[in-house]
Amino acid sequence: MLKVAWRIARRELRGGVRGFRVFLLCLATGVAAIAAIGSLSAALTEGMRADARKILGGDVDLQLSHRPANDAQLAWMRARGDVSSVAQMRSLARTDDAHTLVEIKAVDDAYPLFGELRLSAATPLAKALGKQDGVWGVAVDAPLLLKLDVDVGSRIKIGDIAVRIAATIEREPDRAASAFTIGQRVLIGFEALNESGLVQPGSLIRYHYRIGIADRGAVETWRKEIDASFPKAGWRIRDTRNAAPGLRRAIDRITVFMTVVGLTALLVGGVGVGNAVRAFLQSRQATIATMKCLGASARMIFAVYMIQVMALAGVGVMAGVTLGALAPVAAVPIVGEQLPIDIHIGVYPKPLLLSVIFGLLVTLVFSLLPLARARTVPAANLFRDLVAPVRGATAWRDILVFAGLVLLLGGVVIYTADDRRLASYFVAGAAATLVVFRIAAAAIAQLARRAPRLRSAHLRFALGNLYRPGAPTGVVATSLGLGLTVLIAVALIEGNVSRLVGRGLPEEAPGTYFIDIQPHQTEDFDRIAGGIEGIRNLRRVPMLRGRIVEIDGTPVGDIKAPPEFAWILRGDRGLTWARTPPKTGSKVVAGDWWPPEYSGPPLLSFDEAAARGLGIEIGDTIKLNVLGREFEAKVANLRRINWNSFAINFVMILAPGVLDGAPQAHIATARADDPAIEVALERAVAKRFSNVSAIRVREVLARLQELVAHLAMAVRVVGMVVIFSGVLVLAGAIAASHKQRVYDAVVLKVFGATRRDIMTVFAVEFTCLAVATSIIASLIGTAASWGVVTRLMHADWTFLPLEAASTVVICLVVTVLIGALGTWSAMGRKAAPLLRNE
Amino acid sequence: MNLTAPIDPIIALMDVRLTLSSDAGPVNILRGVDLTVGAGEKVSIVGPSGAGKTSLMMIVAGLEQPTEGDVQVAGVTLGGLDEDALALFRRDNVGIVFQDFHLIPTMTATENVAVPLELAGRRDALEAAKDRLEAVGLGHRLVHYPGQLSGGEQQRVALARAFAMNPKLLLADEPTGNLDSDTGARVIDLMFALSVEQGTTLLLITHESAVAGKCDRTIRIDDGLIVNGTDGAC
Repeated sequence: MLKVAWRIARRELRGGVRGFRVFLLCLATGVAAIAAIGSLSAALTEGMRADARKILGGDVDLQLSHRPANDAQLAWMRARGDVSSVAQMRSLARTDDAHTLVEIKAVDDAYPLFGELRLSAATPLAKALGKQDGVWGVAVDAPLLLKLDVDVGSRIKIGDIAVRIAATIEREPDRAASAFTIGQRVLIGFEALNESGLVQPGSLIRYHYRIGIADRGAVETWRKEIDASFPKAGWRIRDTRNAAPGLRRAIDRITVFMTVVGLTALLVGGVGVGNAVRAFLQSRQATIATMKCLGASARMIFAVYMIQVMALAGVGVMAGVTLGALAPVAAVPIVGEQLPIDIHIGVYPKPLLLSVIFGLLVTLVFSLLPLARARTVPAANLFRDLVAPVRGATAWRDILVFAGLVLLLGGVVIYTADDRRLASYFVAGAAATLVVFRIAAAAIAQLARRAPRLRSAHLRFALGNLYRPGAPTGVVATSLGLGLTVLIAVALIEGNVSRLVGRGLPEEAPGTYFIDIQPHQTEDFDRIAGGIEGIRNLRRVPMLRGRIVEIDGTPVGDIKAPPEFAWILRGDRGLTWARTPPKTGSKVVAGDWWPPEYSGPPLLSFDEAAARGLGIEIGDTIKLNVLGREFEAKVANLRRINWNSFAINFVMILAPGVLDGAPQAHIATARADDPAIEVALERAVAKRFSNVSAIRVREVLARLQELVAHLAMAVRVVGMVVIFSGVLVLAGAIAASHKQRVYDAVVLKVFGATRRDIMTVFAVEFTCLAVATSIIASLIGTAASWGVVTRLMHADWTFLPLEAASTVVICLVVTVLIGALGTWSAMGRKAAPLLRNE
Repeated sequence: MNLTAPIDPIIALMDVRLTLSSDAGPVNILRGVDLTVGAGEKVSIVGPSGAGKTSLMMIVAGLEQPTEGDVQVAGVTLGGLDEDALALFRRDNVGIVFQDFHLIPTMTATENVAVPLELAGRRDALEAAKDRLEAVGLGHRLVHYPGQLSGGEQQRVALARAFAMNPKLLLADEPTGNLDSDTGARVIDLMFALSVEQGTTLLLITHESAVAGKCDRTIRIDDGLIVNGTDGAC
């Protein structure tokens, strides 16, 4: 049977793809979006993998907080490969008039083990960082020159010493390994760093040891050996399999988010696919009936048209995949320079294959029911117009197959997503939204049908257009509604995020953080800060960094943490100790705080939400490694923390008795209503303590805002694809009803309607439809944005009427314009020929 | 009214009634028709518009299920057959010719004629279709699409298609309705010649008395009932 079906289908396809332009465009656009996002993500990941040694700085990177590796450890490493040491910390770079936060990176002579560091004017690194006229050299990011208003050759102060800017950094091979930086990079030699006085006990400094192993395949063995030799070293070991975990996570998350938007474009396109198939089958009614008269079975009819639809889908999908595959090539000249890693150009079969599967599945899902109904076209249609229109019921078997396909599509989306929870929400949300719009369309038609008889003929005609057989109400409501829902959701999410990072500081949030205050400097610091009028909310706590090793006897490596809490187990976390519970930013919600003079076995206060996520309960023991020393603490109480307050907060606070004697520095926050007072405080502190660094929360927020703006731009580009698909579907739906519209216009004209009358009728029709759809889309889009902002981003959500309203208005205008254009061309037709044919 | 044919009935309708629903209420299309047509007979159906002629033909073709009554065609009782069984029944027994030809616009003349042969699984479908077209004088139009053919040529293709499977019964609904009189006459002659050649029974709806006169007998339908029957010679 299939052979005959294929032959007949092939002949039918000779009719060309005229009726399938929207079908092909919708499919190609959606598939291209998904293929492009996937390919780009794969190209970046591949770029990261290919350059992993350069990015990581070695085959293995060992990271220690606060302290360098000891001689025994270094000797062990050196005996087994080339070693390059790097130390990173934040500090202030100062001139007489200005100061700014910088990311200091001290490097040894072996740096970089892999890749190439490029400095301005091709200055060799050793020469740049060497001493000249008794002054150490540094290499800096070019923007720092602008910030401090200095030039290459100028002197700036780092800690206690003056240094000479010897060159600017043009390319730093391992930059991508640092996920989020606030300040500009300053490369300095180890000796200079030591002289600067910045390295103090407890300073927030990270030591990295990058090791080049001769036998690259032996990394796993190497890791096992070093773990066995120094089981309590407390270092974090990374190898080339995950050279830039922060960047990798960021790419993965952005990919998931963009894929979701891309899938929405494909779904909107799917509505167009369904419409095109329906219209196509409608136009083939006579052919189907003829074939039935000639003895074609229902299965044969189904096979003939399924083959045609899938063949055309194949064309659309291939066009989309080809476009998408070119995305990495197109991205290089646009964003290549701004990325810390290379886009590795190539063909990535996995994302391409996935987009093919999505494209074909979406086609199947949206065309199955129209195809199934084609089977029921009665052959008797050929003989006369039926007294009663055919009300073909969809067979249970078809509904079951349809449900199976929907589940399969949803399953593939969820199974192939990196963030399956987000993908599940998306699948559930998209399915619910489609159903809601189907129901809404039926409700709109019903309301129009049941509306009381209106006096205005225009309104009566317009309402009639909404429910008459073949009205595009369902199609327009679904395509417009789905697209608009996404737009409103994206607009509100973007608006909320921008508002969050751009609104300035919350009322009680600190304006400036001071880090690396030495215990002997605390009194002085408090005096200086307290002495400046207008400074309030001054808080200061000791801070160390340490990592969780075990939870209730289970090593962290064996704990499968939910993604939002995985960071707590990943590396070093800030720790503090306190006699009394924090006054602001958190409150104890379970268990009891320890007495101020407590001196028993170690006790711990843990973040309530994180405890829930990690399965930690009061009474559990947590093994920590701080400064290479391991100890167990019992969870005494849980605190609910408000992370959005920007105040000093710690997941873990220890009771007195464990960390009191450890080398530690203090961290402090202060706030002034007038930013100038905060600057004055920074200056005063910088003048008094060269080792203390100030981090302005506003600057961090500005940097965040920059990142959000980049992300928003990317999402907006994909969002445009959704709009494009929506407009295509809308235009397709209106084109499908064009014949009916021409006829209506002609008949109305025959009975004396003017062009204006006809335009009014159609304008009212489209306005009613667009307004009703917009209201529903606004509700669903708003709910979706609320869900994403509060549940996924854990941030405050506010309804932004301006963003929502402007999206709705633009959409209304577009819909009515497209409708009007369709109607205008319908009005130009002369009545006589049409009536003669009738 | 009961009209019976003396020999081997190929069509046997007994008290066939058809009521269709419409928004305005039920419409009685056929109100108790009894009809027997013998194998090889040529029968014309005449009557005013809306009398039920086409509905009667659709019931004979298995394209419409009667509300009441029994239908037997070519020895097959049509009541109770599902849609696919009816499709197979048509493929093997019935050829149909329409007023509007209903050729598939994207297929050439040969391919149009080959469709029923292909559906029946004939490997030589295209060759057989060419033979049929040559038989109706369209050997020079084999690869033409319907849009490239005149009305008369299209109807000849339709005839070739209808006769392709050597049907026992040919149903024709106003086959000359869209043709000028000369062309129409040639098509009718061809149809009669083919049915004689293949021994095909002919049931023909027509408004033209000349066409009806070519038949062995004519039955008149009015308001859903057969009101009389005559010999073709009358």
